Amino acid sequence: MTHTDESTHGASRANRKAFSLKRFARTYGPQLGILGVFFGLWIIFIIAAPTTFLKPQIYNAFMSTVPFFAIMAIPLTMVVIAGEMDLSFPSIMAMGMVAFLLTYGATPGIANISVRVMLSFLAALVTGTLIGWINGLIIVRFGIPSLVATIGTQFFWRGAVLVLSQGKSGTLSYVKESFLHPALVGKIGGTFPTQMIWLIVIAIVGWVLLNRHKFGAHIYLIGDNANSAELMGINTKRVRVQAFMLIGLFSAFAGVIASFHVVYFWPSLGEGHLLSTLASVFLGGTSVFGGTGTILGTFIGAFIIGAIEAATVAVGLTGFWTELIYGLIIVLSVIMHAYLRKRAE
Amino acid sequence: MDYRLELRNVSKSFGEVQALENINFQLGQNEIVGLLGDNGAGKSTLIKIITGFYQPTSGEILFNGQKIDHLTVPRARQLGVETVYQERALAELQTLWRNIFLGRELTNKWGLLDVPKMRDETYRLMNQSMGFTSSAIDPESYVRTFSGGEKQGVAIVRALYFDAEIIILDEPTMGLSLKETARLITFVRDIKRAGKSAVFIDHNVVHVYNVADRIVVIDRGRIAGEFITRDITLDVLMEKMIRVAETGNLD
Ligand SMILES: Nc1ncnc2c1ncn2[C@@H]1O[C@H](COP(=O)(O)OP(=O)(O)OP(=O)(O)O)[C@@H](O)[C@H]1O
Ligand SMILES: [Mg+2]
Repeated sequence: MTHTDESTHGASRANRKAFSLKRFARTYGPQLGILGVFFGLWIIFIIAAPTTFLKPQIYNAFMSTVPFFAIMAIPLTMVVIAGEMDLSFPSIMAMGMVAFLLTYGATPGIANISVRVMLSFLAALVTGTLIGWINGLIIVRFGIPSLVATIGTQFFWRGAVLVLSQGKSGTLSYVKESFLHPALVGKIGGTFPTQMIWLIVIAIVGWVLLNRHKFGAHIYLIGDNANSAELMGINTKRVRVQAFMLIGLFSAFAGVIASFHVVYFWPSLGEGHLLSTLASVFLGGTSVFGGTGTILGTFIGAFIIGAIEAATVAVGLTGFWTELIYGLIIVLSVIMHAYLRKRAE
Repeated sequence: MDYRLELRNVSKSFGEVQALENINFQLGQNEIVGLLGDNGAGKSTLIKIITGFYQPTSGEILFNGQKIDHLTVPRARQLGVETVYQERALAELQTLWRNIFLGRELTNKWGLLDVPKMRDETYRLMNQSMGFTSSAIDPESYVRTFSGGEKQGVAIVRALYFDAEIIILDEPTMGLSLKETARLITFVRDIKRAGKSAVFIDHNVVHVYNVADRIVVIDRGRIAGEFITRDITLDVLMEKMIRVAETGNLD
């Protein structure tokens, strides 16, 4: 009797172990997958273009430019997990900078440049958040698909940027006198770009918000089954509006750091970031159908996208190729995800 | 003594469709009321008004004699209403513990989740109440991988966990095996024994007859009649249900 008992016990324990291993693979599979892709590509790049990919400069270059779009890819991940889409963020980047310039221009009375720049910076962030809020309201109040609504607002705000700036670009050399310039886009120890620190902080805060906060829990639930979420009392409208506000806020932030980096304002600011941001999210394994996705995936996805841009140039292809490759990556990762999802059912 | 819950002259229309018309419904303290009615009679619409999911087009809702003006799902849950919806209301791509605490996550005052506690509670519930024996099921498993009966079990246990005063079960036996159905009937009797109230909807007249103190029959959005269960035999009830379906009249 005792003997039988023990052996069943042992068997069930072994069973549990096997299952938990399987579960580990199921839970972290997509994230391990993207890590695998990351290292695989890295090796390919090193073999294809050793002179570029064995030098530390290229990695400093990544950490300097990838944050511009990766910072937006993190809140975009949340929007997509919630089953929504935002295509207006490139225009929000530029609108934030317009608010920055208008505020700076309207405050010549403030003698302290740092205070003046700080105030303009806050104006940019508030503007971005407000535009996100308007996006959210249009979507939840009128029940318009977010893809369509944000195509519309993308053009509207780009138009507003052109009207307000009269299509003129201009130097931002004065920001260099403000502490905000080194704080946002400085070089720590002369090499390490500060914006990388900001990206890491935003990624960690984003992870906590998505995985360890009620807000993130509701984002997943809404994207998974909005009807269930509503039946169980989640205010799906408010949560979705908040997600759009977040991407608005961080788009404005990204707009400021991208402009500070080159110490120049272009009215076309952000247009080059639409594809790379979207590609980071989808390559990172976030499902277009909503309900699943990770911050880590997006983070790694962004660096793969950055490396691909560098690699195409390094192996002698022109910049024209990057757009083609980003488009291909978006389509392939979306197809792959749809396929994996079907198989899991 | 006040009714635990009362609907007065409640009507609900969806555009052209009049789903409920002048419903007067009461749920007593420690009473189990069974709702019977054909497909599309308006049973689910009625309970979704009680859970705050639908706002009535007209009429009043009272909890313990107090009129509640703008009932929402969170407000109803605060007032002690827990529901097993006909559509189950699960998020299948999420883990078991996230489903158990769906919309009612345990958090600190900053809104940060108490994940270890939710996992532990889920584990305890699974062993104690759900009686899940499959070793594949733990708080971290995805609900998508569960069987139909297991999914229904999640929805049921979730409703019982939060110490509700009023438990609403909309076709809870759907997809359950005989054994699981028997366990569910025991659950409902436990609700009664614990001094709580419940609304029980099922197409199986026998189940309703076995657990309900009172049976309310709904037909095409109106209350066609009601019976105290112990005043009527199962045979007579069955006959009447067939008559309602055919003629729209109980007698
Ligand atoms: N959201 C809605 N929009 C429009 N019509 C609805 C909606 N919900 C329910 N109805 C209609 O209201 C009527 C009552 O539906 P309800 O779901 O309450 O019936 P039921 O008694 O629960 O039926 P069943 O036993 O099939 O679940 C039906 O005619 C249905 O088509
Ligand atoms: Mg129903």
